[in-house]
Amino acid sequence: MKKRRFSFPALYLALVTLITYLPIAVVVIFSFNEAKLPVAWKGFSLRWYETLLRDTALMEALRNSILLGLASCAFAAVIGTLGAIGMARVHFKSKGMMEYLSTLPIMLPEIILGMVFMAFFSLLRLPFGWPTLIIAHTSFCIPYVYLMVKARLVGIDKSIEEAARDLGASPARAFFDITLPLILPAVASGCILSFAMSFDDVVISIFVTGATLSTLPIKVYTQMRTGVTPEINALCTILLTAVIAAMLLSSALRRRGGHRE
Amino acid sequence: MSGNAAVPALPGAGKRGGRDRRWLCVVPLYVFTLLFVLGPALYMVAISFAKNTAGTGFRWAFTLDNFAKMRDGVYVNCFRESFRLALSTTALNVLIGYPYGYFMGRLGARWKRIMMFLIMVPFLTSSLIRLYGWLILLQAKGVLNKLLLALGVIDEPLKILYSYPAVLIGMVYALLPFMILAVYTSVEKMDWTLVEAARDLGATRAKAFATITLRLTLPGLMSGVILTFVPSMGLFFIADLLGGNKIVLVGSLIQDQMTRGANQPFAAALALVLALMTTLMLWLYRKVTHTSELEGMLL
Repeated sequence: MKKRRFSFPALYLALVTLITYLPIAVVVIFSFNEAKLPVAWKGFSLRWYETLLRDTALMEALRNSILLGLASCAFAAVIGTLGAIGMARVHFKSKGMMEYLSTLPIMLPEIILGMVFMAFFSLLRLPFGWPTLIIAHTSFCIPYVYLMVKARLVGIDKSIEEAARDLGASPARAFFDITLPLILPAVASGCILSFAMSFDDVVISIFVTGATLSTLPIKVYTQMRTGVTPEINALCTILLTAVIAAMLLSSALRRRGGHRE
Repeated sequence: MSGNAAVPALPGAGKRGGRDRRWLCVVPLYVFTLLFVLGPALYMVAISFAKNTAGTGFRWAFTLDNFAKMRDGVYVNCFRESFRLALSTTALNVLIGYPYGYFMGRLGARWKRIMMFLIMVPFLTSSLIRLYGWLILLQAKGVLNKLLLALGVIDEPLKILYSYPAVLIGMVYALLPFMILAVYTSVEKMDWTLVEAARDLGATRAKAFATITLRLTLPGLMSGVILTFVPSMGLFFIADLLGGNKIVLVGSLIQDQMTRGANQPFAAALALVLALMTTLMLWLYRKVTHTSELEGMLL
C-alpha cells in the first residue's frame, strides 16, 4: 500500500467542515442567481443586491438589529465588567445565589426567557419596542461579559494592583491604570460574543418586540415562513463577508499585539 | 429594589487609607439581576398557579389546574416528542462533535487557529441564514434532490423538507458548534503525558482512551451535552421552518399559549416544568464534574 498523505482525522475534519459550509455556500451562490426561485441556475446577476438596497423595510430591520446589538452590548459591558470586578472583592452571603441568578439567562432555554419577559413587561406596563428589547437582550448579554471578565480576573496577578496602591495610587487610579488594561481583552471578547448573540436572536425578540419594531432575524424569519426572495440571500452574503472581514481583522490585530500562541 | 438585602461587610475596607468602595461595583449587577431576572422568574412561578380567564387575562387564585392539564395526552405527547428530538439531537451531536473536537485538539497550533476560524464564521453569522441554506438544499426541487437524481441514487425526489429528519438535521447543525467547542476546550487542556504513560505501561490504545482521555474530557463532553440538549427543547423556529406544522415541541406550545392561545398561566406552568428540567440537568453536571461553569461555553 502507498503511504497515505491524509490521515483519518484530517479527512474527518475536512468532511464535516465541508458539510457545515454546504448550506452557506448554497445561500451565497443563489444570491447571484438571476431567477427568483432558488431551484435552478439562470445566470449571474446582481439584481437582488440592488433590490435589497432599495428594500427600506429590510434595511431598517438591519439598522435596528445593529443598534440593538450595540446598545445591549454596551449596557452588558458596563454592568457585567463592574459586576465581575465587584464580585471578586466581596464575600456577601448572597454572592453565590446572585452569581447563579445573573448567569441564568444563558442557562435556560431561550423560550422561557422570552415568555417570562413578555409576561413581566406587560405587568410593568412597559411599552413594547426599544425598551423591552434592550432590557431583554442586555439580560442575556451580561452573563457573557461577566463570565469572560471573571475568568480573566482569576488569571491576573493581584500583587501588581497592590503595588500600585502601596505606591500611593488611589483605588480609582489603580483600577484605570492597572486592572482595566489587563481585563480589556476579556471585555472585548465578551462584547463580541454578546453582539453576535443579540444580532442572531429570534426566540426572545419575537416575544418582546411589539407590533411596530422589527429586528433583522424577525424579519428574515417571517419572510422564511411566507416566501423568501433572493434578497435574503444577498443580505446573507453581505453579512457573511462582514463577519469574515471582522474576524480576519481581529486576528490580525491580535497577532500584532503579540498574543500569538 | 431589595438590593440592600445584602448589607456588605466591606472586606478589606480602609486597609490602605481611604475606604475601599469597590464593592459598589456590584450594585448595577445586583439591581439588574433582582429586577429583571429574579423578578420575572418569581412572577412566572406565581402566574403558573393562577387561574386563566377568558381573553388575555388571568385571575389570582391558587390552583394546580395548569399542571394537571399537562397530563392531557396531547401535552404529554408534546413533551415526549420534544424529549425524543432533544435526545436524538444530542446523541448525534456527541457522535459527530466529539471526534471533531478531539481531532481538532490534537492539531498543530496553526491548524487549530484555522479550524477555529472555520467554526466561528458560521457560528457568528446567523442561525437563520444557515437554516435557510438547508431549506434551499432540502426542497423537493432543491439541490440535494437534483444531485441525487442525476447520480441515479434515487428515482423520485425525496420529501425530506417538512419532516422529522429535516428538523433533526437543522437542530444538529445549529447546535454542533457548541458541542465541538466544549469538547475541544477540554481536549486542549488535557495532559497527554498521562496517555503516554498508560501506553508505556502496556495499555492498548482503546484502553488508554477509555480510562484516561475519555475521563479527562468528560467535563467538556457533559458541557456539550447540556449546551445542546437545553436549547434544543426550546428552539421552536427550527421545527417550525423545517418541519412545517407537523412537529409541535414544548417551545412551540409555550409560544402558542402565550400568543394565540392567550393562556399565560398555562404557558408559565409549561415554562416552569421546562426550567426545572434544565436546572436538574445543570445540577447533575455540577455533581458529576465538580465544577460550576460549563466547559467551553465561552470558548
